[in-house]
Amino acid sequence: MKQIPVKQLARTLHIQILRHNPCDPQSEPRLQTFELEEADAMTLFIALSDIRENQDPSLQFDFVCRAGICGSCGMIINGRPGLACRTLTKDLPDRITLAPLPAFELIGDLSVNTGKWMRGMSEQLETWVHSQGLEQASIDTLEATMEPELAEQLYELERCIECGCCIAACGTAQMREDFIGAVGLNQITRFQLDPRDQRSDADYYQLVGDDSGVFGCMTLLGCEDMCPKQLPLATQIAFLRRRMASV
Amino acid sequence: MQIIYTDVLVIGGGLAGQRAAIGAKRRGHDVIVLSLVPAKRSHSSAAQGGMQASLGNCLGAAGDNEDIHFTDTVRGSDWGADQEVVRMFAHTAPKAIRELTAWGVPWNRVQRGDHEITVNGEKQTVTEADAAHGLITSRNFGGTQKWRACYVSDGTGHAMLYTMSNQAIAENIPVHERMEAMALIHEDGRCCGAIVRNLMTGELLAYVAKATCIATGGFGRIYRVSTNAVINEGMGAAIALETGIATLGNMEAIQFHPTGIFPAGILVTEGCRGDGGLLLDAQEHRFMPDYEAEKAELASRDVVSRRMEEHIAAGHGAQSRFGEHLWLDIRLLGKQHINTNLREVKEICQYFLGIDPVTQLIPVRPAQHYSMGGVRTNHRGESPQLRGLFSAGESACWDMHGFNRLGGNSVAETVVAGMIVGETMADFCDSTAGALNISTALVEKFGRRQQQLLSGISDTGGSESAFELLKLMQETMTGNVGIFRHGERLQEAVTTLQSLQQRSQHIRLRSSAAGANPELVAAYRVQRMLKLAQCVAYGALQRTESRGAHFRADYPQRNDLEWMRRTLATWPDKNAMLPTLDYETLNIMNMEIPPGWRGYGAKDYIEHPDTARRQQQIDSVLQGMEGANRHTQQETLMPFKHLLPPHLRGNNQRLGDEQ
Repeated sequence: MKQIPVKQLARTLHIQILRHNPCDPQSEPRLQTFELEEADAMTLFIALSDIRENQDPSLQFDFVCRAGICGSCGMIINGRPGLACRTLTKDLPDRITLAPLPAFELIGDLSVNTGKWMRGMSEQLETWVHSQGLEQASIDTLEATMEPELAEQLYELERCIECGCCIAACGTAQMREDFIGAVGLNQITRFQLDPRDQRSDADYYQLVGDDSGVFGCMTLLGCEDMCPKQLPLATQIAFLRRRMASV
Repeated sequence: MQIIYTDVLVIGGGLAGQRAAIGAKRRGHDVIVLSLVPAKRSHSSAAQGGMQASLGNCLGAAGDNEDIHFTDTVRGSDWGADQEVVRMFAHTAPKAIRELTAWGVPWNRVQRGDHEITVNGEKQTVTEADAAHGLITSRNFGGTQKWRACYVSDGTGHAMLYTMSNQAIAENIPVHERMEAMALIHEDGRCCGAIVRNLMTGELLAYVAKATCIATGGFGRIYRVSTNAVINEGMGAAIALETGIATLGNMEAIQFHPTGIFPAGILVTEGCRGDGGLLLDAQEHRFMPDYEAEKAELASRDVVSRRMEEHIAAGHGAQSRFGEHLWLDIRLLGKQHINTNLREVKEICQYFLGIDPVTQLIPVRPAQHYSMGGVRTNHRGESPQLRGLFSAGESACWDMHGFNRLGGNSVAETVVAGMIVGETMADFCDSTAGALNISTALVEKFGRRQQQLLSGISDTGGSESAFELLKLMQETMTGNVGIFRHGERLQEAVTTLQSLQQRSQHIRLRSSAAGANPELVAAYRVQRMLKLAQCVAYGALQRTESRGAHFRADYPQRNDLEWMRRTLATWPDKNAMLPTLDYETLNIMNMEIPPGWRGYGAKDYIEHPDTARRQQQIDSVLQGMEGANRHTQQETLMPFKHLLPPHLRGNNQRLGDEQ
């Protein structure tokens, strides 16, 4: 498989980043542009690391798995929320604008506190299996059976990585601080589907039956359009709304 | 400096840390978990293919039990593991998975009826029994005799971690996120918590605890090419080492995973090969059967990775602009299978390589993947040297993996270790030894020391770049302390690392940004990573044999005569340029399975005289026990149940057993 080498001029990328360090009382939010020569198979993870190492070591951003699995690196990339680690620069124009996800507390530059937000959501919605006598259940005996198809459906909803892109893309979330968004509503539908969870629809209504929950959704569909895991968020919200409206 | 008091401090919010936290909390102790990142983003979430537990539900798993899991794990370890710990693990793994099932993990289940599977490149039809329908199913993995890896598609770690984290939230366990433990506070051989840095504000604070558990995962980022997350820099192991008292075990035992995508090193699961995927070379020839007639692609990871590199060195690698690699072929599994059971793999291929694995080959090459070594503990997870210090999961060396870990045994280990070490810590806190007598002056002293260290870095007057030193270290490790090791290259690595250690004392910070300052973070971490790297390189240099993943081209035989020993590293003098190495003997006469051939890989090893003696002893014991059940036989050879917390001692029920 011989390839004829073709000399191509590498692009110079102009990466404009919304900078602000809340720890520094002198810091004012500002846009700063970095120039960077594009490399083969360059992702925004590689580009931002390069900028930090070679141009501005104070630049803040969050990467963990750098494989699209952990949900740490959600940011606004040319106006759209997405996972920076798996965004290839070759799919973007020469001029790239990066901003932190809105609706979350800013830690600095591109780093936002999604963890605190998600923990709050989990506590509020009690996103765990509610089952009597869980601590006393035997772990020596055969596990309870589950239909294989149901297990697959549960995983489909559980693939959410809590990256925050759906919140950043949500009209309601920009206006209502207490809106639990698609990430929260999807989790409710996940536990609703799970026979191990003994909560009833009336219980779920207590959690999401108002404007901070399922009735706050304006069906703008930004969540589903922007979900990096392509979760069926709009369908799940519609389904949940119907269930909750009939409680 | 703010001081926070708790009973149990768990450093690390992955599967092991959170399970240990839940255990201690349920016993009535206050627990705080510290995590570098939001807990659900921990590296546990990156585990893809499965969790080993001998449930024996599906056809490929029929007849599986703890004995076979034990045997596979001991062979996998190349007899480097502590066999009592492996027994405890194999026995508890089914309980761990059943507990997680009750908590909500949506494990894939057995579907009754006919299924098409791919074995050795050929399609076969198998029929699952009615009785197994709806129980947890499992897939094939390397180095195992049974299909034992229970899975949730190929997002097993993600599903497990979310369930575990949600359970910890349900139990009201606080997780202090974006917190980095900088030093263990200790006095007179007693650990009493940690000095911690807030990675959002840069502030230092102290956590005082009766029991402190390191559950910080591995340290793969000392290598350039690693599947590990960028946070896997081994800071937990490093602060244990920096006490000068706690030991690190078998740091030279580093696993390289056969299928990191090339060149990024991102993992694609062993499940690809377990489900029937093949490794091909530049000519698209399936080469593994040429080397490993029996297990082919499904020999243990150390063997497959070595064979791959051997094959590339023999000139069979595919060429690319980034260098040479081999191919992973999962096309034969079909679209349906890939879209349901290997969907994360598909996404990774799509986003990072721009290919569709349903129709295209995946470029792969071995990449650093796992740290078998870590904070040395006993079978209960306690540091033998530093009272009040515990460790669980990849950060620990208790030591169930020896010199090679089997795929799927790590996520299983995290939960099992958490279940055991959580109890150990609760026992410790309940005992008189758990009482803590600590002066705030001591806490302040440790806090001041960290403060001085940080301001010292900002003011060295030097000119070195932390990022540059990190790169040089990573290059050295990948280049000289990789899959094939040699005395000369290792010596070169040790010398280079020493010079980097020296240079790391002269870092110049270009930024004095308020807050955590990422450059300062890189600077203090690289100093610590260099010490860990030195433990690996120097330990590898001293170990003049080949065992599991540690392969010395100049000493290609496993040498049981001289090396049935575990390496223990300490760093008693903080200005020293090398760790102090010590060794503890693995006693063959206590083993349930004395050293032998693994069933794959080289058959060439130097035997220890005890091996024959112990085998004879075992044979004669078993001869006198004909007719006894397997539990009684096992109990006679190497009792282990007394080592487990009482509630984990029961036998595991399987399909067909009486309740």
